[in-house]
Amino acid sequence: MNIRFLLNGETITLEKARPEETLLDLLREDRGLCGTKEGCNEGDCGACTVIVIDENSVKPLNACILLLGQVHGKAVRTIEGVGVDGKLHPIQDAIIKNHGSQCGFCTPGIIMSLVAAQMNNEKDHDVALAGNLCRCTGYAPIIRAAEVAQQVVLPEWLIFDREKLVSCAILPSLEQPKSSDDIAALLVKSPKTRLIAGATDIGLWLTKEFRDISPFTFLNQANDLTKIEEMEVDYKIGAMVNIEDLRLWAASVSPSYGELLRRYASIQIRYAATIGGNIANGSPIGDNPPALIAAGARIELRCGESRRTLPLEAFFIEYGKQDLRDGEFLESIFVPKDFENLCCYKISKRFDQDISAVCGCFNILVQEDRIVKARVAFGGMAATPKRATHIEEALIGRDWSLATIQSCENLWDKDFTPLSDIRASSAYRLKTAQNLLWRYYRESLGETCNVLEVSA
Amino acid sequence: MTIGSPLPHEAASLHVTGRARYVDDQPLPENALHLAFGLSKVARGRIVKMDLSEVLNSTGVFGVLTANDLPYENDTSPGAKDEPLLAETDVYYVGQPVFLVMANSHLAARKAAQKGKLEYETYPPVLTIQEALDAESRFEEGPRIYQKGDAETAISVSDRKLSGVLITGGQEHFYLEGQAALAIPSEDEEITVHSSTQHPSEVQHKVADALGFGMHQVRVEVRRMGGGFGGKESQANGLAIACAVAAIMTGRPCKMRYDRDDDFIITGKRHEFKIEYEVGFDETGKINGLSFIHYVRCGWSQDLSIPVSDRAMLHADNAYNLAHCRIESHRLRTNIQSATAFRGFGGPQGMLGMERVIDHIAHDLTLDPLIVRQRNYYTDAKDLKPNFKDMQTTPYGMKVKDFVLNAMTDEIVKTSDYYKRRKDIEAWNLNNSILKRGIALTPVKFGISFTLTHLNQAGALVNLYQDGTVRLNHGGTEMGQGLFQKIAQVAAKSFGINLASVKITATDTDKVPNTSATAASSGSDLNGMAVKIACETICDRMSGFLAEYYQEKITSVRFEGGLVQIGKHEISFPDAVQLCYQNRVSLSATGFYKTPDIFWDRIKGHGRPFFYFAHGVSVSEVVIDTLTGENRLLRTDLLHDAGASLNSAIDVGQVEGAYVQGVGWLTTEELVWDNAGKLMTHAPSTYKIPAFSDRPDIFNVALWDNENSEETIYRSKAVGEPPFMLGFSAFLALSHAASFCGKNYPELNTPATHERLFWACDRVKHGD
Ligand SMILES: Cc1cc2nc3c(=O)[nH]c(=O)nc-3n(C[C@H](O)[C@H](O)[C@H](O)COP(=O)(O)OP(=O)(O)OC[C@H]3O[C@@H](n4cnc5c(N)ncnc54)[C@H](O)[C@@H]3O)c2cc1C
Ligand code: FES
Ligand code: FES
Repeated sequence: MNIRFLLNGETITLEKARPEETLLDLLREDRGLCGTKEGCNEGDCGACTVIVIDENSVKPLNACILLLGQVHGKAVRTIEGVGVDGKLHPIQDAIIKNHGSQCGFCTPGIIMSLVAAQMNNEKDHDVALAGNLCRCTGYAPIIRAAEVAQQVVLPEWLIFDREKLVSCAILPSLEQPKSSDDIAALLVKSPKTRLIAGATDIGLWLTKEFRDISPFTFLNQANDLTKIEEMEVDYKIGAMVNIEDLRLWAASVSPSYGELLRRYASIQIRYAATIGGNIANGSPIGDNPPALIAAGARIELRCGESRRTLPLEAFFIEYGKQDLRDGEFLESIFVPKDFENLCCYKISKRFDQDISAVCGCFNILVQEDRIVKARVAFGGMAATPKRATHIEEALIGRDWSLATIQSCENLWDKDFTPLSDIRASSAYRLKTAQNLLWRYYRESLGETCNVLEVSA
Repeated sequence: MTIGSPLPHEAASLHVTGRARYVDDQPLPENALHLAFGLSKVARGRIVKMDLSEVLNSTGVFGVLTANDLPYENDTSPGAKDEPLLAETDVYYVGQPVFLVMANSHLAARKAAQKGKLEYETYPPVLTIQEALDAESRFEEGPRIYQKGDAETAISVSDRKLSGVLITGGQEHFYLEGQAALAIPSEDEEITVHSSTQHPSEVQHKVADALGFGMHQVRVEVRRMGGGFGGKESQANGLAIACAVAAIMTGRPCKMRYDRDDDFIITGKRHEFKIEYEVGFDETGKINGLSFIHYVRCGWSQDLSIPVSDRAMLHADNAYNLAHCRIESHRLRTNIQSATAFRGFGGPQGMLGMERVIDHIAHDLTLDPLIVRQRNYYTDAKDLKPNFKDMQTTPYGMKVKDFVLNAMTDEIVKTSDYYKRRKDIEAWNLNNSILKRGIALTPVKFGISFTLTHLNQAGALVNLYQDGTVRLNHGGTEMGQGLFQKIAQVAAKSFGINLASVKITATDTDKVPNTSATAASSGSDLNGMAVKIACETICDRMSGFLAEYYQEKITSVRFEGGLVQIGKHEISFPDAVQLCYQNRVSLSATGFYKTPDIFWDRIKGHGRPFFYFAHGVSVSEVVIDTLTGENRLLRTDLLHDAGASLNSAIDVGQVEGAYVQGVGWLTTEELVWDNAGKLMTHAPSTYKIPAFSDRPDIFNVALWDNENSEETIYRSKAVGEPPFMLGFSAFLALSHAASFCGKNYPELNTPATHERLFWACDRVKHGD
């Protein structure tokens, strides 16, 4: 496969490239650009952060799980290419002056994240930097540097790269599907083709498990699947909508869902990962499925020209088994519009950039003190994302009161028999699931129950 | 004035541009080989069959080595000779290297390493502390015991008694740069090794033994590490030896770096401790007698476990004057990774045991733990009676002559508004049923020196060139702690010149031999002194010559502000150097330093193992959610004693970074092994070090400006390890918050994950 992209302003053409090679390996091993570091090779530390630019976005991404097939047609900037006017970028300068580097190994990645945040006008440094680990500094000096260099700078190379992308007309490779129709056609022809969406799962199959994934194709040029549309009763979300775009949308319709997605991995991962991948991988601990199940979402699966829809919860059959037939792919997700009181709680060992031990989502509607609707779904509590049907039944039709909540207490183990694993014990999972309903109830009475809302 | 100035890290401009080179960034010749280990999949067993044909047939593989192929010594250990580079017949933990793949790329080597087919006869592994005790699986013949007075009697006659258990979990270093080495063979049986190691001389030594070489045939160079924290003190040996052996056997450069998962699975971590305590005290909280038993989970080989366990015992008193104290320590051998050095080197575990005792006593007496702390503190140096005959001593008989924590505590109580906030928290908690806040103030007293006395030495080589610029070298390694910058400041000050004229080169066994590990916080104390001595030697030679030349007194020669004053004459430093050069004055010197006045008998447990103590105090405030155990650090105030700081910015950076790392150890960083001894948390996806948002919202850090009473380099103090223990206050603040759930003592263990905290709240409410 022929791959072309801009690397620090220079056009790179890779003939006979292996599109499943990671950008990080290319940078460090073939291009001698060793400023981009490898700290984990799995998307969790941010040492490999680079900036990827196209006509309408500037994304910080983890090069260690970014495949060459995904950067085709884009402009990549590494730490070696962020200076302005032949001088340091103001953020580089601020890091020096504020003692933001000690061993320096995390530093290039942190600078790339901050440069991207500045270009995107993201002012919450904890959001911008959740995906960058530093073991030396304790973070405070980096934040001081970020604050000093707060002003929005659009470096000249952004314009340069965008113009060059147009002028040298890097055409999309002919081999990749450009639309949902193309994907459908391809899968009819060769149903065994592995679809690569954001590669935040698949990347790890390659870097850690050495899996052979052929035959495969990249979906990232199917632009018609990257839209969120407002329909009559539903929102329609394309499978290739990335989690960061989803978060920005979610924050506007359901702050709690938006907040859940803020705690989904890091900005680097969110910009890569897609909603389609987060559902299709069938993980019992993915964050979107419980929220969307509670919201009453349906998904649309497509095979050739035929489509079928099913409630999201029905898609998850058992661990590792989804209702996805040969030649079929996930095209869209439909979310009913009336989920503004959806409430999502994520329990994990660390607040940011961690996988849920328990993710509890409540969509409860109370009218005149009576519960008229209750959809409750959990991740991390079973082999698949799952509804708490006994709890739902115990709630619907009852009044919104202490007694009702208490009456649920003994029903949880009817709905769930969670596992013990490295993230949490079974007993803790069951207790916290139960307690999350408590929290939901107490919050509805106006009590502060969220430690993130407390300050000294 | 360069001493004390808050200058940035010496390589900061390289860090921010990505130009700072680490081992893996070195350009490689085309023919270089990349190595990876094939690992044991069982925790204890004998290898009965090893089929490596698929490994050999894997794409890009050049060859495979097993123990039988090794030419000379098969050992990576720092001393005990119990750690083969490649397992011979028996394996002792999941992750032990068994064979070595050589391939044309890192990826090819890693892929191939998965393909070994090993069959084992397995034995039941000894995994836990209890299993090791039951199996009498230990290092040394029996427990070590250090004591002072008669703890047993003192406890038994006390009005009040308590006993309890504290478990402190291990900790993965998670240096951002994984372990790496590169060996380049040169002509005539010589080899150069680039290693990410804190201990180049040990790497040199081990590589020489593995090759049947003299140390003079091996050169080890370390420019910088991407973090070490103790994890590259002995753990770097294996990769360096593997590369060197493969390089000599193939005649090709060989590089090895661990993928992050391998790094977790192969290398050692902080020691897990189980600490049992029994204490007798009075109604005011004054401790009469205290007895500790330390059970140390050392892993499969001895590594540094003996000195680590010793240091834990030596810090069991932390900041408290104990008349009757007994510490018993069991060093247990288990079939997991061999625990190793990690910032604090056992000190944190020993000290936390003591802080738990204080906290438990305070809970028992319903007193503010701060009162109990102050009641038991050693006396500040300034308040000691002159010639005080019965000078206060530690449980191991060392006089405590430089204590300052009473004054530091008073200061931080004021600056952090401790008492008022504690009151406010109590009131707030009454009004909040689900969320609870907590606050704690904890002290740190940490002994500085290697306990193995002979390690307290350092050398330096200073070259002054005829244009007045300086290139210098010392035995310390740079791992981010800012050592090079501090040392450059020392040299610049000695010659009275600008820092721009001083360059420190990579640590190199060719230039300074027989170095100690950069460890025990000793880097700037030892190497700073050696450099200063070398610089002074040159200055003395120059002064001697210049005084004679200008016919002035030698005592009138001054090096300052880029100038040299000789009586009434004044010339620029470069001119002075040029003049000396033309008059054949030697402008190169070595320096050597050894710490004075220390002695230590580790069997008796008596002596003066430390040159001095470094101190610190911290106050942390937290909020917890009693429904889930989720929690946040709200505010932290730190006050740390760095002596007369060599570089205040670097020292503050060490303090902030160490605190957050300490909090990580005590909260989110949890190592989990399965029942077969396999480490399940072997990547950042499952092992959670603090992230950006985990730092406290309000984070006030100050240095206690106070000259070291001992004559250290410009009266500064070591600052690498001591502030790690400032993290205690966060842990005890969590315990404090949990205690508002009811009457019982939380008995919180570490790491205090959300789950552990949740169960602690439950215990406080309902009892066990
Ligand atoms: C560091 C890190 C942190 C993470 N944190 C979180 C977290 O906090 N919460 C969370 O939920 N997840 C988290 N994840 C998991 C991951 O982000 C998700 O599973 C992700 O959504 C997968 O999407 P993707 O687009 O990257 O999928 P890919 O990796 O590209 O594909 C995953 C699977 O889905 C299939 N697939 C993709 N799209 C389709 C489609 N349209 N139709 C059919 N099949 C398809 C692929 O063939 C593949 O089998 C994390 C991952 C990493 C690496
Ligand atoms: S190397 Fe850690 S995120 Fe890429
Ligand atoms: S400076 Fe060392 S990891 Fe950040």
